[in-house]
Amino acid sequence: MSVLVFTENWDGKFKKLSFELISYANEIAKKLNTSVTALSIGKVEEEELKKLGNYGADKIISANDDRLKGLNNQAYTSIINQAVAKESATLIIFANNSTGKAVAPRLSAKLKAGLVSAVIALPSNLEPFTITKKVYSAKAFANIIIKTPVRIITLFQNSFGIIESPVNATIENFKPELKDSDLKTEIVEVSKHAGKLLLTDAEIVVSGGRGMKGPENWGTIEELATLLGAATACSRPVSDEGWRPHEEHTGQTGKVIAPNLYIACGISGAIQHLAGISSSKCIVAINKDKDAPIFEAADYGIIGDVMKVLPDLINAVKELKASA
Amino acid sequence: MKILVCISNVPDTTTKIKFTNNGTSFDKTDVQWIINPWDELALTRAMDIKDASGGAIESVTVINVGLADSEPTIRKALAIGADKGIRINAEPKDSYFVAAQLAEVLKKESFDIILCGIESSDFNSSCTGGMLSELLDVPSVSSVSFLNIENGQVKIKREIDGGNESVSTSVPFVGIVQKGIAIEPRIPSMRGIMSARTKPLQVFEPVQVDALVEYVNYELPQPKSACKKIEPENVKELVNLLHNEAKLI
Repeated sequence: MSVLVFTENWDGKFKKLSFELISYANEIAKKLNTSVTALSIGKVEEEELKKLGNYGADKIISANDDRLKGLNNQAYTSIINQAVAKESATLIIFANNSTGKAVAPRLSAKLKAGLVSAVIALPSNLEPFTITKKVYSAKAFANIIIKTPVRIITLFQNSFGIIESPVNATIENFKPELKDSDLKTEIVEVSKHAGKLLLTDAEIVVSGGRGMKGPENWGTIEELATLLGAATACSRPVSDEGWRPHEEHTGQTGKVIAPNLYIACGISGAIQHLAGISSSKCIVAINKDKDAPIFEAADYGIIGDVMKVLPDLINAVKELKASA
Repeated sequence: MKILVCISNVPDTTTKIKFTNNGTSFDKTDVQWIINPWDELALTRAMDIKDASGGAIESVTVINVGLADSEPTIRKALAIGADKGIRINAEPKDSYFVAAQLAEVLKKESFDIILCGIESSDFNSSCTGGMLSELLDVPSVSSVSFLNIENGQVKIKREIDGGNESVSTSVPFVGIVQKGIAIEPRIPSMRGIMSARTKPLQVFEPVQVDALVEYVNYELPQPKSACKKIEPENVKELVNLLHNEAKLI
């Protein structure tokens, strides 16, 4: 019996997300009186793999196959399935990001192992295994029992946090078998804008809505974001109008994010928008309409014209940074 | 080529969510039902591709696992333009149950492109498409934000962190689609609404499948503490609070 964590890497590096997964797995493994094995797929240097031990991974198995270039859902499922068998894993943990969403359901169907995705806390009970997730687009919580002996969960990002718990992790090369039939999809071309802070990685997000009046006014949003080391986001009408790219759309049908600080500028806070941001630890709203629903979700609010407030806010942040 | 779009029947996204029976069941009183938004975008793209295909796409079919009360949603999909509807007559128990029912039908009816929305707005599980592909033992491409047929070849792009990937795959495959595949859902035309009434809607009985998970009960979030208001003339105070009280900047 063990807890198996799939730790994705980005160009050979792990992210905070990976360390949060291991921290979370370690807490459950302690309760189950078992160990944590991390599975890494792709080329990751030993020094980087060792970092997983800082958060409680007892063993790290690293699978690298030259035929794998990027995510291939069938091949990944097959590799993880072989790791589950090798480690006799009874709990498998993924991140609830695009990779976790792509692979965990396939593994669930393959193993007939119950899957609960986007869980937000430790299981409330181990037998029967009971765990909580948000449902109805963050408008409610559901308590769910996984009825099968092998269980799979995906963890909603930034819902647990990182806990250091250093152990001397062993690292092992893992050589799973891959069949040609697992390799039917191929990545032909990759297009990436380099260097931009990703919305899903950002601890602070500055977001603009229709109250910003037009794409020409986004300079202040970007300036504030740069000052705070934040990523930029927008509401649906803004991306639908083409003022901002679609990958910035935050809300029910766009990105669902959970930064530590979310600053909503000229966003009224339609229920669909709130579904995408309500897991933020702290929400600041700037809106001229005192009845805007965003103020019900916000921790701090300024009722005022965002076009006037934003420049003042930028100056005040500059003063703070200068005095620090 | 034939396209299948899997659709889920969900409460309208503005619905105020309530529960009955001690928090164990969803209160359907006064709820408007819609096509799950991502599935509706998938259907919109399927119709656009079919319309531009010059007959290369023979048909677009929609399929739903649900009781008779989901038929208005299937009819809406037919009004948008789907040629045929299939309903598997069962109350969905969990994602695996739904995927297994779909897989059963797909053993009898074959499609080249199977599209699923990346999640449903009720249970937000992002599971059905992936599970279905595994049960069918076919490739899946997830986070699909672009799909087209060019010279008989399927062109797919999927969103990745900070960009996108062009992916080639064999057919049949399951495409799990997100926003970007289409921007606005297609609105049914009056002609579409009229013709939807007479389009075929086939009903299959479900097979025996055990759910893998069980929804025990639901809770509503605690009301949030009141928003602390700061005067617009006093922006420094906000920065001060974020720095000293929230310790976030």
